Amino acid sequence: MADILSERAARSLCDRALRRITAETAQVMLVSRVAGNTRFAVNEISTGGDTVNVVLRLTAQVGRRCASITLNQIDESALAQAGRLAPEDPELMPPLDAQTYAPVQAFFESTAALGAAERAAAAGTVIERATGADLTASGFLAHDASATAVANSAGLFAYHRSSVASVSTTVRTPDGRGSGWAGTTNNDWARMAAPADVAERAIEKARRSANAAAVDLGAYTVVLEPTAVASLVARLAAALDARAADEGRSPFASGDGGTKVGERIADGRVTLVSDPSDPELLLQPFTDEGLPIPPTVWIEDGVLRNLRYDRYWADRQGREPLPQAGGFKMEGSTASVDELIGSVERGILVTRFWYVRSVDPRTLTLTGLTRDGTFLIEGGQVTGAVKNLRFNESVLGMLGMLGRVVDLGRSERVIASESGGLGPSVVVPPLVVRDFGFTAVSDAI
Amino acid sequence: MAVTRRDFVRQSSAAMASVAFTTRGSTLQPTVEQGSSDLADRQLCMFALDAARSAGADYADVRVVRSRRQVVQTREVRVSELRDDESVGIGIRVLVDGRWGFTSSHVLIRPEAARLAGLAVEQAKANRAAGSRRVELAPVDAYPDGEWRSPIEVDPLEVPLDEKIALLLASNAAAMGVTGVRFARSSIESTCINTTFGSTAGSLISQRAYRTYPSMLVTALTPDGTEYQTRGSMEIPPMGVGYEHVTASDLEGRAREWAEQAVEKLTAPSIDPGRYDLILHPSNLFLTIHESIGHATELDRALGYEASYAGTSFLAPPEAVIGSFQYGPEFMNVQGDRTQRGALATVGWDDEGVPADAWPIVRDGVFVDYQTTREQAGWIAPLTGNDRSHGCAHAASWNQMPFQRMPNVSLLPGEEDLTIDDIIAATDRGILIHGRGSYSIDQQRYNFQFGGQVFHEIRNGAVVGMVRDVGYQGRTPEFWNSLDMLGGPRSYELGGTLYDGKGQPTQANAVSHGCPAARFHNVDIINTARNA
Repeated sequence: MADILSERAARSLCDRALRRITAETAQVMLVSRVAGNTRFAVNEISTGGDTVNVVLRLTAQVGRRCASITLNQIDESALAQAGRLAPEDPELMPPLDAQTYAPVQAFFESTAALGAAERAAAAGTVIERATGADLTASGFLAHDASATAVANSAGLFAYHRSSVASVSTTVRTPDGRGSGWAGTTNNDWARMAAPADVAERAIEKARRSANAAAVDLGAYTVVLEPTAVASLVARLAAALDARAADEGRSPFASGDGGTKVGERIADGRVTLVSDPSDPELLLQPFTDEGLPIPPTVWIEDGVLRNLRYDRYWADRQGREPLPQAGGFKMEGSTASVDELIGSVERGILVTRFWYVRSVDPRTLTLTGLTRDGTFLIEGGQVTGAVKNLRFNESVLGMLGMLGRVVDLGRSERVIASESGGLGPSVVVPPLVVRDFGFTAVSDAI
Repeated sequence: MAVTRRDFVRQSSAAMASVAFTTRGSTLQPTVEQGSSDLADRQLCMFALDAARSAGADYADVRVVRSRRQVVQTREVRVSELRDDESVGIGIRVLVDGRWGFTSSHVLIRPEAARLAGLAVEQAKANRAAGSRRVELAPVDAYPDGEWRSPIEVDPLEVPLDEKIALLLASNAAAMGVTGVRFARSSIESTCINTTFGSTAGSLISQRAYRTYPSMLVTALTPDGTEYQTRGSMEIPPMGVGYEHVTASDLEGRAREWAEQAVEKLTAPSIDPGRYDLILHPSNLFLTIHESIGHATELDRALGYEASYAGTSFLAPPEAVIGSFQYGPEFMNVQGDRTQRGALATVGWDDEGVPADAWPIVRDGVFVDYQTTREQAGWIAPLTGNDRSHGCAHAASWNQMPFQRMPNVSLLPGEEDLTIDDIIAATDRGILIHGRGSYSIDQQRYNFQFGGQVFHEIRNGAVVGMVRDVGYQGRTPEFWNSLDMLGGPRSYELGGTLYDGKGQPTQANAVSHGCPAARFHNVDIINTARNA
């Protein structure tokens, strides 16, 4: 069986690559990956895949000229020419010296050891549950183990191993009038929710979602399950860029040439953090340049505290760089989704969103649709299924969604990619939000 | 100084074989076979097919893919990104007792191919754990010596980088020369994909596909810095041709107009929402076709095989819609096409060795056929009378499994040779949209909301001025049946996208859509700035 590169092997290869590059300075990023997946649909295992790859990115610098090439079949001897590629680049920063990194144990043998037989058994479990309930399951199991090394000619070396797995399923009624989704992800397969439990959640939603009724358009109190929250808040996290704000083309630009850092941009219970060593996140602790990624509070009690600075922009602004990790956590409370539902007199419960796209980047206004489990809440209880709805909502500001938070529930790790597969580590709570704007009904089920 | 990749990465396979990395530890081992890559790739395909047969495969196909993608990106007066990425590998797909298995690796040597073949067969056997359906492949002819290349005039990867950089920086300068413009970004993306395909059906096919995409984005700010607007070069699509597309696109010559429109957007009045006749330039309409016709007519979606991510389709079940569903007016004709010159999904053969096809999807307004692969063709053969695949199998790279992907799906021009100006002249109250913008559609392709780059209001047959914050919402069947004017051949243009996502894991597909300008009656126009 193919393996990802050990630290020793990665260091050896990086050293050899660096020695071959005659440019003044050179940087290497080496990623080795072993991944597998199994798909199922219409209560059958449909396809799968197992793959192995090693990708080497070399960045060479001559004077202030810089270029990168990526290869997975490598001829080192020719790389010295790379530095002649680009004209002078005024934003180029010198290579970092050796750094120290907080260790992050993100690699789990239970995930790395998964194979086609284990995946097929898990898919079979989901299919069996759905078939037993006279429903139709489709879904996806995926796992990935990778090792990333960064090295440069100034003596820097960084290495990080990680693994991650996910299981997700969409269960539909045979007549296509009901659909429910559930999914789970973790770095450690052994700690993930059992496939049978994922199946049961989707089955329950599919059953309850049949025969949906249309509701009037307008503003509703919504209970957004964590997966739905993640797809909106991820857009906010991606926009936390200082340079765009300083340049006046960001929702975090203050309009007077500055940024909104220090301003209240959300309800006082909204706190957004990222810490690579957080056991719920387990993020790579360095950037592609080898810069250590520190624990950072981005939004604290509703106040914007930080924006990310790359090395060039930090230097230009006379401050330290602040890299952003590849995932985030939004703090919550201890309440369950059911407890949140119990607190809502009339509203709509959203399982997840689909096709979320930016409509107006100035206000971080997004559009998208509910999918696979949208329900009416009356008197603190789910009383029926409603047809899917399109929203148009600003995520940001006291007038935006995060300014209209009524309540927060218990945070959990969710599948943050719309594709239902592997993605960044995201931990978010379910939210109750008032006056959430639905602008169209969809007949899609 | 003109430097191409050839100058710094020698591409002969002999050089590549000299030293290379594998995942097998710290020693450097050869990962490619000796000899010219084309011959070696063919030999490796044949070896892998034999290995798959020996391991127990009832059917196998193998792809050895060598792809190269170069991005030159500039921002104002500097080069912001210069990268040249190469990816090489082999993917082996097998059928055992009617179940698929697929494995792939970047290591192009025979022992690895043998390992992959055995693993793929094991995986296919494991996949018997649930369900009883057996995959049955539609018949295909053998092409033992197939060869196809994109019709390029100038290889985009052979054009000196200095020439590309000079063009982009000059384009930025032209845009930055307009008062109010603060930022300008431009890029040229060039891709070449060499695929050697072999199958136990007797085919051995070599193909070389090129993609070329010049683009630009201009940002204007108000003097007080409180407002910004952007204008992208959305009328210039990515295409399956060579550098001649960059030359013809004339970024430098058109940059000023885009810049002026970005500035004009800052003060253009915000749209008064309501019902308008909607005139869509091909640079906007192509994406609406993609979303509301292209994806809706994928047979795997219609039958539930993509239910968990990409979704299903309102066009289902097949027996209820083929030959009877009224997609639009009788002058509406839509064609699936993998033969169209210069289009992104054009090939000689698909990734199952099926020759490129062109066929009607909507004829005289009525839905008549889906997009199919060899696995799918038999599912609807009794309804269509066609037991052959339309050749829609595609894999985004060597490490991904082929599945049904969209061909070029194009709206054919009307018989009367109307231009977009003729349509404007015939419109009393309308909105004209150029360029793609925000786009979102539900998982069954009913409800959509699309934006654009530039919007103009039309009154009494004339353009009266720019407006902004425009989005159009609709429901696919009603929208297409509101089509009431269609441009002719003179207004026909090709649009396209390089990164259409579908599948789990998600694969990106490059696809083009040709269409004329068109008008839709009484469409719901929303103000995208007032929903916040």
